[in-house]
Amino acid sequence: MKPLLAAALATSLLAATGAQAQSTQEAVAKKGFVQCGVNVGLAGFSQPDSQGVWKGIDVDLCRAIAAAVLGDASKVRYTPLTAQQRFTALQSGEVDVLSRNTTWTITRDTSLGLNFVGVNYYDGQGFMVRKAGVSASGAKDAKKGAKGARAITSAKQLNGATVCVQPGTTTELNLADYFRANKMTFKPVVIEKLEEVLNAYFAGRCDVYTTDISGLVSVRASRAPKPDEHLILPEVISKEPLGPAVRHGDDRWFDIVKWSLYAMIEAEELDLNSKNIEQQASTQNPSIQRFVGATGDIGKMLGLDNKWAVNIVKQVGNYGESFDANLKPLGFDRGLNKLWTKGGLMYAPPIR
Amino acid sequence: MTRRGRELLVQAALAAVLLLAAAFLLWNVSQNLASSKIASGIAFLWREAGFEIGETTFIAYSAADTYLRALAVGLANTFRVAAVGVVLTTVLGTMLGLARLSPNFLLEKLAAGYVEVMRNIPLLVQLFFWYAIISEVLPGPHEALNPLPGVYLSNRGIFFPLPGDWPELSGFNFTGGGTLTPEFAALLVGLVTYTAAFIAEIVRAGILSVPRGQVDAALSMGLVRRDQLRHVVLPQALRLIVPPMTSQYLNLTKNSSLAVAIGYPDLVSIANTTMNQTGQAIEGVAIIMAVYLSISLSISAFMNWYNRRVALRGSGE
Repeated sequence: MKPLLAAALATSLLAATGAQAQSTQEAVAKKGFVQCGVNVGLAGFSQPDSQGVWKGIDVDLCRAIAAAVLGDASKVRYTPLTAQQRFTALQSGEVDVLSRNTTWTITRDTSLGLNFVGVNYYDGQGFMVRKAGVSASGAKDAKKGAKGARAITSAKQLNGATVCVQPGTTTELNLADYFRANKMTFKPVVIEKLEEVLNAYFAGRCDVYTTDISGLVSVRASRAPKPDEHLILPEVISKEPLGPAVRHGDDRWFDIVKWSLYAMIEAEELDLNSKNIEQQASTQNPSIQRFVGATGDIGKMLGLDNKWAVNIVKQVGNYGESFDANLKPLGFDRGLNKLWTKGGLMYAPPIR
Repeated sequence: MTRRGRELLVQAALAAVLLLAAAFLLWNVSQNLASSKIASGIAFLWREAGFEIGETTFIAYSAADTYLRALAVGLANTFRVAAVGVVLTTVLGTMLGLARLSPNFLLEKLAAGYVEVMRNIPLLVQLFFWYAIISEVLPGPHEALNPLPGVYLSNRGIFFPLPGDWPELSGFNFTGGGTLTPEFAALLVGLVTYTAAFIAEIVRAGILSVPRGQVDAALSMGLVRRDQLRHVVLPQALRLIVPPMTSQYLNLTKNSSLAVAIGYPDLVSIANTTMNQTGQAIEGVAIIMAVYLSISLSISAFMNWYNRRVALRGSGE
């Protein structure tokens, strides 16, 4: 049995009822680091670089929480989790927060014993296929072109396709829904490990790989032997708001994680970034004054130091900086993830 | 109090403690699940599953069916690979075991080498190996190998004709005829070749355990080689072979749950997905445990019956 599952079972079997004697915040302060559940390796979201340092926008959120709670963004330990392991890890207390490109749905929010705090990436599910004339081995099969694969330009042409997908995801369900709605059939190949499911797709076991479009872009840029041989189809078949989640029932910790995320978004709106936050802190703008803790007691209300937001922006950066550093190099467009002032959906409630 | 009375009392006390502990754990779990707002109960089994399954055995399934049906499909898939696997591994293992006893030097060494290599490489690694062979080495469906009329080998699997129903390339893949998917093929080959190594040793040990004198006696009675094996050696060897063989059949069945790593939709794979979609891990794990326990106990019961049949008549009475 998977160790995580075993741990979860043991915890739920043996833990005394109502044993939330210690809040997550206290536990984090005591051990001196935030235990953050992240993806095992999705470029731009969470992936260790060549030095073994975790990078990505999901990782930045973990660091923001550490900066807010402990004053030091580096005090994070990462637990790489597969799609199947992630909720159990959070439920069992293995991680303090799950920041792992996880879609917020009502089922998950209400029946898994966890709460989603917000959205750090607005996404949708898409399909990736090999371009016409490219066989799995990469050889052009132009000679056999007549009876070779058709040029696929739309998801509506995928009737009868074999589709590689990871289990335990909303992706798996949307996929079935989409084909049912369009009266098409498909054969799923369901493999848990990202590495293995990608191997299967790149080896030609599947015609299609499906996941959130961010995942497709990331995988195409970072894992495909030849990125330009793969086409992401134009259809976006679902809403996938990706965001961090915490255990149900610890409202203080829920608030801290939520406002750590919003602080990054608000900072971008206020034009505060890691380079200018020190000098901007002395300006007379009342919003900025509140944000940096020069006036008011917003940090205290959260049970944190009043410098919490300054620590986040100084050590991690604002949302836009995180996006530009992690996702832009892979070819991501801000799209829906622009600030609301620029036509996107990123909107932080007022910090006041 | 008599000694027997004391023993009974101790037994009863132990049983009571165990029952109490189990009851406490159950109560505690339900309290904890309720307090952390995690859904519980088995009502989810009758809800729509909503996910597709790559291959089914005998049971028709679509995403509109229930979780219960999805789990049944997974169970049927487990049965299929286990049943075919047990038969093939017995044949292969017995041949290897006999080869190890062969006076032919080359054959004996080859069989010995096979056994040492196969049983010393973890099964999971072997499964990845076979899966990679099939999906990386074989060509796509449009360039499928066609060794026999109507038989196609590609990275989508092995397609073969059924009476009046020949596989045909249409669109993305072959349709019609029979199919062995790469996942099933890799799992079956992996399980069979791995378990056969253990069975070979069991068969060899069983045959070697029959004293030389028995063969000599059979010879002196004028039995030819075939009759020696059939009437003298095998009946005695089987007594030793059957019990460890049972363990190997159980191992093969349980090892089939490694299917999850290469995407064969067996019971564990479907149960994992179910647990993840519903969040009801405890119920899911309980179902997996109950099913494997039933399968294992059934195999054991059958093998025990068979063992009694091949046991020496009149012995132990």
